[in-house]
Amino acid sequence: MAAAVTQGIGATAALSSANSNKFQFTTRRSLSERKGSSFVIRSDGNPRVDLNQHSNRTRQLVTNAVSTKPDSASASTVSKPGHELLLFEALREGLEEEMDRDPHVCVIGEDVGHYGGSYKVTKGLADKYGDLRVLDTPIAENSFTGMAIGAAMTGLRPVVEGMNMGFLLLAFNQISNNCGMLHYTSGGQFKIPVVIRGPGGVGRQLGAEHSQRLESYFQSIPGIQMVACSTAYNAKGLMKAAIRSENPVILFEHVLLYNLKERIPDEEYVLNLEEAEMVRPGEHVTILTYSRMRYHVMQAAKTLVNKGYDPEVIDIRSLKPFDLYTIGNSVKKTHRVIIVEECMRTGGIGASLTASINENFHDYLDAPIVCLSSQDVPTPYAASLEEWTVVQPAQIVAAVEQLCQ
Amino acid sequence: MACSATAQIIQPLSINSARSVDNSGACTKILSPSSFLGSTPRINKKLFAVNKSISSLARRPTIVFAVSSDVVKEKKLKSNSSLSNLLITKEEGLELYEDMYLGRAFEDMCAQMYYRGKMFGFVHLYNGQEAVSTGFIKLLKKEDCVVSTYRDHVHSLSKGVPAREVMSELFGKTTGCCRGQGGSMHMFSKEHNVLGGFAFIGEGIPVATGAAFTSKYKREVFKEDCDEVTLAFFGDGTCNNGQFFECLNMAALWKLPIVFVVENNLWAIGMSHVRATSDPQIWKKGPAFGMPGVHVDGMDVLKVREVAKEAIGRARRGEGPTLVECETYRFRGHSLADPDELRDPAEKAHYATRDPITALKKYIAENKLASEAELKAIDKKIDELVEDAVEFADRSPVPARNQLLENVFADPRGFGIGPDGKYRCEDPKFTEGTAQV
Repeated sequence: MAAAVTQGIGATAALSSANSNKFQFTTRRSLSERKGSSFVIRSDGNPRVDLNQHSNRTRQLVTNAVSTKPDSASASTVSKPGHELLLFEALREGLEEEMDRDPHVCVIGEDVGHYGGSYKVTKGLADKYGDLRVLDTPIAENSFTGMAIGAAMTGLRPVVEGMNMGFLLLAFNQISNNCGMLHYTSGGQFKIPVVIRGPGGVGRQLGAEHSQRLESYFQSIPGIQMVACSTAYNAKGLMKAAIRSENPVILFEHVLLYNLKERIPDEEYVLNLEEAEMVRPGEHVTILTYSRMRYHVMQAAKTLVNKGYDPEVIDIRSLKPFDLYTIGNSVKKTHRVIIVEECMRTGGIGASLTASINENFHDYLDAPIVCLSSQDVPTPYAASLEEWTVVQPAQIVAAVEQLCQ
Repeated sequence: MACSATAQIIQPLSINSARSVDNSGACTKILSPSSFLGSTPRINKKLFAVNKSISSLARRPTIVFAVSSDVVKEKKLKSNSSLSNLLITKEEGLELYEDMYLGRAFEDMCAQMYYRGKMFGFVHLYNGQEAVSTGFIKLLKKEDCVVSTYRDHVHSLSKGVPAREVMSELFGKTTGCCRGQGGSMHMFSKEHNVLGGFAFIGEGIPVATGAAFTSKYKREVFKEDCDEVTLAFFGDGTCNNGQFFECLNMAALWKLPIVFVVENNLWAIGMSHVRATSDPQIWKKGPAFGMPGVHVDGMDVLKVREVAKEAIGRARRGEGPTLVECETYRFRGHSLADPDELRDPAEKAHYATRDPITALKKYIAENKLASEAELKAIDKKIDELVEDAVEFADRSPVPARNQLLENVFADPRGFGIGPDGKYRCEDPKFTEGTAQV
């Protein structure tokens, strides 16, 4: 179970650059504890010399992950300059802020303490909080996940790290039986405020077992929530929201996204676990995606825009439950849906989403929903084969063109 | 000779000598497999033959300790011994008796109710094992935690969950301790710190380890004066499961305040312990992980209590975990659906003679701790309590439709946002259980 530690800078080299990271963050009447202000964050991929101390260590890193076309139409009402950091640092920032705020929050996982986490999400935390609050465990996923659940039942708020999401398959017993169910079978007596997080997804030739997408396996478990982060901004916000949630939350991160650079606000913010994110409003077709595929979609969107299409791109973020409001509004506007995911075709998130949209918005569809997923294949090692298992921007472009004929 | 009984109780739980084989000589008593399995010459030849085949394994030098089985026997001979030399006071004796009798009466009533069609599914009864539950749990405080398996009715009762709530839960009524949502195998009580009730074996052990972790966290991070301990109960079958070993490792590694209590009743449904285990002496597995392993006669509540005192004391003092193997037996089948054909009648008869309740009664009588009348009064009180529990459960309401979705999430926003933009849980139909999710 040795993790392939691909902290390599090159990991992001082939990552398709996104068209625009501009999005609107609007309020909506809901129970969430969101700030009422609305502001636009624009991310700038160009490494700049920044006086802000957070970005000092990022100066040496190549950051070509997320480049933006400067968009003159965007109104930047940014309240403060914000600071630049990489996605894994954003996760760490969110985690650290929550650990400062509530001493019940602790981290449990393999190599999270002294090693700092295989993707450096917990780097430095053990020095600050001690070996008990950032617990290095033996290699026993099922048991330490169960331990986290027992700790959560008795008052703590553990964050469990799977060194690679795939390892959590060994913890399936505890995640399915105890994590999801104990609140119900105990008649509501015990709550399980755990966060289970870790890197997953298809990486750079990591081999079949380190390239798994577990969201499809976990989605049926009643009682859990699943979210997938895709930008530094939503990574931090979702991490904080997940920790504060009273429900067990599984936070899916992606191995190739950890080095995404973005400017995020200085002030504290918490995102909504159940909401989707509007990435690019449009008129012709709704493209639903999450995690790494967001960037393939945005690259395809660049091509599509040049060809005269106007795709609406939504990062669904909440894999369970689906934000049917945002998705529904989009379907009602465009009448065409393409789902682009990295999950396997069979029984994946896309399959559930297709069913959900068909059930709820059938009347608004002008065409059957198109679902682009990874091949039902164990991820091969060879780079060429690996490339063909996941959805590539060219395929997305072709699918949109065909759908919008 | 008054003190000889205590001298017979070997202080087995000093971990420092756990690793040195040399220390094993003077102060330990290694049980031979024949006494371990409780066999007598009258036991079925097959079982005895199996005993013989594993006896060679037991001759390996081991480093652990066992509690002598002679304490109670010794006491029987002295009817004039003063009360101060006894292991228990009158109050304690009656408390233990009442708790064991409650366990027995309750389980017998469960069997009756099951065959009358009042409870369903898998029901696993604890008859015969009462000494383990009573011996351990009656030493706990309310804040201490207990984690059990599917054979959890009596653990819950011993910990203090009212019989009414347990019976209602078994009947599937809304007044049950888990609102009827858990059932026989999932008894939980936040008030009494019963952390379940688990259907898969081994599943509860990590949860117990987590509860012990919280206790340590409170002490070391919050700097609270916390000495809460957790007891994890599980069977012999579980001791071959990975989660058992993983948790022994973690508990010993971090010196968690937990006691692992093995209720070795020799049978995992129809699988005999010796047929499933390479080395059937489970207590020996403790020292492999750096904690003391203790074997005790689980049909004798006083012996169990003595061992429990020491193990729980160790945990409270922060000295770490202990593995206690209780040799016990279940008088009924694995569950009420089990025809129980594989176990030899001679074996069952043998253990029936070691009924823990009868043994305690005898002890109380011989040492004149209480009169026959007082014990009978307790019997009557408990019988009425159990009857009352049944009546209460009978007249309790079944869960209404609106209970269906209520406890799926602690925060019901987890059901998500519906097409109309509102959270699903804001939908008035949600509480009726008719909302679409």
